[in-house]
Amino acid sequence: MLSSILAQMPWQSPSVDYHAIAPEIVLAGGICLVILVDLFTSETKKWITATLTGFVMLGALLPVLTLAVNDVDVRSLFDGRYVVDEFALTLKALFLVAGYVVVLMSQNHVEEGDYYQGEYFTLLLTSVTGMVMMASSRDLVSIFVALEFLSIPAYMLAAWRKRDRKSNEAGVKYYLLGVFASAVMLYGMSLLYGVTGSTLLSEIGSQLTVEGQFGGVEALAITFVIIGFAFKVSAVPFHSWAPDTYEGAPTPVTAFLSVASKAAGFVALVTLIYVGFPQAQDVWQPFIWVMAAITMTFGNLLALRQTNIVRMLAYSSISQGGFILMPLAVAGTGDAAGPALQSVIVYLLVYAAMNLGMFAVVIAASRTTRSGEISSFGGLFSYAPGLGVLMTIFLASLAGIPPLGGWIAKFSAFRAVLEAGNGWAYAIAVIGAVNSVVAFGYYGSIMREIWMKPAPNGETTAVRTPSSLVAALTITVAGTLVFGILPGTIMRFGDLVDLTGAFGG
Amino acid sequence: MDVLRDQNWVLSVGTFLPLVGVIVMLFIPKAEEELHKLVALVTALATLGVGVYTLTQFDFGQADKLQFFANAEWIKVISSNYTIGLDGMSLPLYFLSMVVTVLVMIYSWNHIPSPGNPKSFLILMLILQTGMAGTFIAQDLILFFVFFEVVLLPMYFMIGVWGGEQRQYASLKFFLYTMFGSALMLVAFIALFFKVRGALPAGVEPSFSIPQLAEYGGLLGRSAQIWIFGGMFVGFAVKVPMFPFHTWLPDAHTQAPTQGSVILAAILLKLGTYGFVRIAIPILPEAAKEWAPWIGLLAVIGIIYGALGCLAQTDMKRLIAFSSVAHMGFVMLGISTLTPMGFNAAIFGMVAHGLITGMLFFLAGSVKDRYHTLEIARLGGMLKQMPKLGWILGFCAMASLGLPGLAGFWGEFPAILSAYSPAIGLPEETFRTFMVIAALGTVFAAAYLLWLFQRTAFGEPKAEFAGGDHGHGHGHGSHEDDDHGSDLHDVNIFEWIAWTPFLIAIVVFGVYPQLMFKVIDPAVQVALKAFGG
Repeated sequence: MLSSILAQMPWQSPSVDYHAIAPEIVLAGGICLVILVDLFTSETKKWITATLTGFVMLGALLPVLTLAVNDVDVRSLFDGRYVVDEFALTLKALFLVAGYVVVLMSQNHVEEGDYYQGEYFTLLLTSVTGMVMMASSRDLVSIFVALEFLSIPAYMLAAWRKRDRKSNEAGVKYYLLGVFASAVMLYGMSLLYGVTGSTLLSEIGSQLTVEGQFGGVEALAITFVIIGFAFKVSAVPFHSWAPDTYEGAPTPVTAFLSVASKAAGFVALVTLIYVGFPQAQDVWQPFIWVMAAITMTFGNLLALRQTNIVRMLAYSSISQGGFILMPLAVAGTGDAAGPALQSVIVYLLVYAAMNLGMFAVVIAASRTTRSGEISSFGGLFSYAPGLGVLMTIFLASLAGIPPLGGWIAKFSAFRAVLEAGNGWAYAIAVIGAVNSVVAFGYYGSIMREIWMKPAPNGETTAVRTPSSLVAALTITVAGTLVFGILPGTIMRFGDLVDLTGAFGG
Repeated sequence: MDVLRDQNWVLSVGTFLPLVGVIVMLFIPKAEEELHKLVALVTALATLGVGVYTLTQFDFGQADKLQFFANAEWIKVISSNYTIGLDGMSLPLYFLSMVVTVLVMIYSWNHIPSPGNPKSFLILMLILQTGMAGTFIAQDLILFFVFFEVVLLPMYFMIGVWGGEQRQYASLKFFLYTMFGSALMLVAFIALFFKVRGALPAGVEPSFSIPQLAEYGGLLGRSAQIWIFGGMFVGFAVKVPMFPFHTWLPDAHTQAPTQGSVILAAILLKLGTYGFVRIAIPILPEAAKEWAPWIGLLAVIGIIYGALGCLAQTDMKRLIAFSSVAHMGFVMLGISTLTPMGFNAAIFGMVAHGLITGMLFFLAGSVKDRYHTLEIARLGGMLKQMPKLGWILGFCAMASLGLPGLAGFWGEFPAILSAYSPAIGLPEETFRTFMVIAALGTVFAAAYLLWLFQRTAFGEPKAEFAGGDHGHGHGHGSHEDDDHGSDLHDVNIFEWIAWTPFLIAIVVFGVYPQLMFKVIDPAVQVALKAFGG
C-alpha cells in the first residue's frame, strides 16, 4: 500500500536552509550530548551536566545572533511552514536566555535536593527546543508538534520531587489538564483543516477571508484552538492547574513554566491570530476581551488572599497574563494590530526578566527562611539587605512602578489598546488600570513583610547565595533596570518585529 | 515654541546629582552612620548649590519662557522625549524641593527615627529628591509620569519603616490611593496623545511634549476633553489631596516620621496642584471650564471640612494634617477660577504652605521628641518650659492662619479675592458663593490654630511634665520614669539651623511677596493664554 503511494509520487527531499535551523540542530545535538555525558559521569560529578546544558543554550544563541545580523530578513522553509523571521529570532533568543537563567537557578537546587540531575537538564533542554521550534512554526501540524515537544518534558519536570505528594499532584494535574487542552485544540485544528483544506496558517488565513461570512463551524474551530492555548497561558477560566502546579513543582521549574512555557503559549496564540485568523476578528476579539478582563481581575483577587509566596506568584503570573492578552483583545481594530504585537513582545521580554528574577530571589531567600510562607520573609531586609533590595526591585517592577521594566511593559500595553480607540478599548484600559492598582496590594504586602516586619525567628544569619544564583540575579536585575530606564533598548525589538505573513504582507 | 537653551545641563545635574550620592552611599558599610549622614548632607548641599546657581542664571526678565531647555531622544517608538525646562511657575517649587531636602537632612543629623539605619533612610530621601525635582522640570508627559511615580516608593518605605504605630496601614493606604490616581492619569495621558495626534496639522511631529500639547490640545472636541480631564483630575486630586480623596492624608501624615511629614507637606502635595496648573488646565481649556465649578465646589468643601476636622482633633500632628486639607482647598479654589490672579495665588500658596506646614510638622516632631506624646490634652505651658519652641509654634500658627505680613496671607487672600471675578464663561454667582464660604474658612482656621496654640503653649505645664525644669520627674510611675524630664530642653542647634531659613522665608515672602509674584506671573499668563486672561 505505502509503496504504491510512494511510487506514484516520487518523494523529493526538500532543500533545507541549515543556517536557519542551526539553533535547533545545536539544541538537538546538545540533548544527545547531555544524555551521553550523564551516562559516563560518576555521581559526584553530575554538576557537569548542568554546566554543559548552560553552554548548549548559549551555543544555540550564537546561530540566532548570526541569523539576526545576516542580510536575509526572512528565511522560509518547507513551503512556509517553518519561518525564521525577526519575530521568531527575538523569541528564540528570549527562550534561550530564559532557559539559561533557569539552568543557573536550578544548579544548586537540583544538586542539593538530590534529584536526577542528568535527566532534569535533558528534559529542560528538550522543552526549550520545543519552544524554539514554536517561534518558527507557521503550520497547524508543526505548531502542535512544537507544543507537545515543549509540554511533555514540562509535565515530568513538574512532578520531579517524586517523594513529595504536592509535586505529584502538580505533575498529574498539569498533565491531565494539558492533555485535555491538547485534545480540544486538536479537535479545533481538525475542523479548521476540514473547512479550509490546508494546515498552512497563511493558507487558512486567506481561505477564511474568501469565505467572507463565518459559519458556526469556523467560529467553533477558532474558539477551540484558542482555548487550547488559553490553557497554556493559564488564562481564566482555564487556569485551574496553575496554582497547584506552581506550588508543587520545584521552584526553578515553576519559574520556567511561568515564564518560558507561558511565553511559548503566547507566541503560538499570536501566530495563530495574526497569520491564521486575521480576518476573523469578530470571533476572537470578544472572546479574548472577556478572557483578558477576567484573567486580570480574578488573578489579582485570588493573589490577594495567598499566604504562600509561590502560590501568590502563580496568581500574579495569571494576572500578568491578562495584561499580555489585553492588547490582543483589540488587535483587529483600526491601527492597533502593529502596536498590539509590539506590546506583546515587549511585555514578554520584560516579564521574563522580572519574573525569573523574582523566582531567583525567592529561591535565594528560601535558603535562609526554609519556608514558602510570605510571613517567613519578615525582616529579610535587616539580615540580607542585598536580597531585600533585589526582591523590592522585582516586586516594584511587577507592580509596574517606573522607572523599572514593568512599567514600560504595562505602558506599551495600554498604548496599544488606546490606539484602537473605541469603547471596548477604553473599557478594558480602565479595567487594566484598576487592576494594576489592586495588584500592588499583594506585591506591596511582600515588600511590607521584608522591610517592616521583624524576622520571625529573631535575628537570622543569611545563608550564602551560590554563585550561579548570583549570576541569574545579575542578569535579571540588569534586564529589569535597563528596560525600565532606557526603554528604547527594548522597544526596538518590538519595533523591528514583523510577523511574516501578517498584516497582509 | 520660544525657549532658552543656554546651559541646558544645569537642570539634569540638579536633578540627578542626589543619585550620585546614593551610589556612593551604597558602597559604604551600614555601620558607618556618621559617614552616611555626612555624604547625604554634602550631596544635598551640592544639589542645593546647583539650585542656587540655577537661580542666579535664571533670566527673570523672561520668566514666561522655558529656560535651560533640553530635548533628547528617550523612547523613540512612543514619541516620548527627555524634554526638560524651567519657567516661572516651576522655579519656586523646584528650588523649594532642594532647600527642604537640605534642611531635612540637617534635622536628621541627630533625629534619625526608630528603628535607625540612617543609610537606608537617607538613601530614600535622596531618591525622593530626584523624583521631586524631576517632576517640576519635566516637559514631557511620560517623563513627568515617571518622576511622579519615582516619588512613591521611597515615601512608602519612609512611612512604613520609620513611621508610628499604625505605619503599615498608613503607608499602604497612601500608596494605593496615589497609585489608583496615577493609573487613571496614565490612561488619560495616552488617550490625550492619540486624540491630539489625530488633530495635528500636517507636518507636525506628534509627541508627548507638554508645550506642544498645550498648543494643540484646544483642537480636541469638548466631550473628549472632558473625559481626559476627568482621568487627570483623579490623578492629581488624590495627590493634592482634594475632598473626597483626602482620607489617606491624615493617616500618612500622622504615622510618617517627622522628615517624611515635612517633605510630604512641603513638596509632595504640590505635585498634584502643579499638575493642574502645568498640564490639565493649559492643555484642556474647554474641559477646564466645565470642570472648574466642580473643582471650586470640592475646594470649598475641603476648606470647611478640613477646618471642622481640625477642631475635632486631639492629636497635634493629625490636626496639622487636616489643616493641610483646608489650605490645599484655598490653593485649588485659586486654580479653579482660571484667572491669572487665582493661579498666582495658588502657586504662592503652594510655596507658603510648604514653608509653613513643613515648619509646623518639624515642630510637631520636636514636641514629640520632648514630651513623647502629641496628645493636645496632655501638653500645655510650653511657653514656660521651652519659651523659644513655644514662640516659634505661635509664629507658625499665625503664619498658617494667614496673618498679613507673613507668607500664608498671600496664598489665601488673593485666592479668595480671585473667586469674586472668575474667568469669562464661568458662573459668577457660584464663585462668589464659594468666596464667601472660603472667607468663613479663614475664620475657622484662626479658631483651630489659636486654640491649638492656647492649649499647648499657654497655662501651666501639666503635672506629669512639670518636673522638667529640675532635671528629673517626680514619680508619675506610668511614664518613662526619671529621665523623662531631661528631654524637655529648648530648641537645639540642629533645629535652629534647619528652621531658621524657613522662618526667614516666611517673613520675607510675607513682607515682600512681589519677590515671588514677579517670577510666577509671566509664566501664569502663558499657561492661561487659552482663557484670554
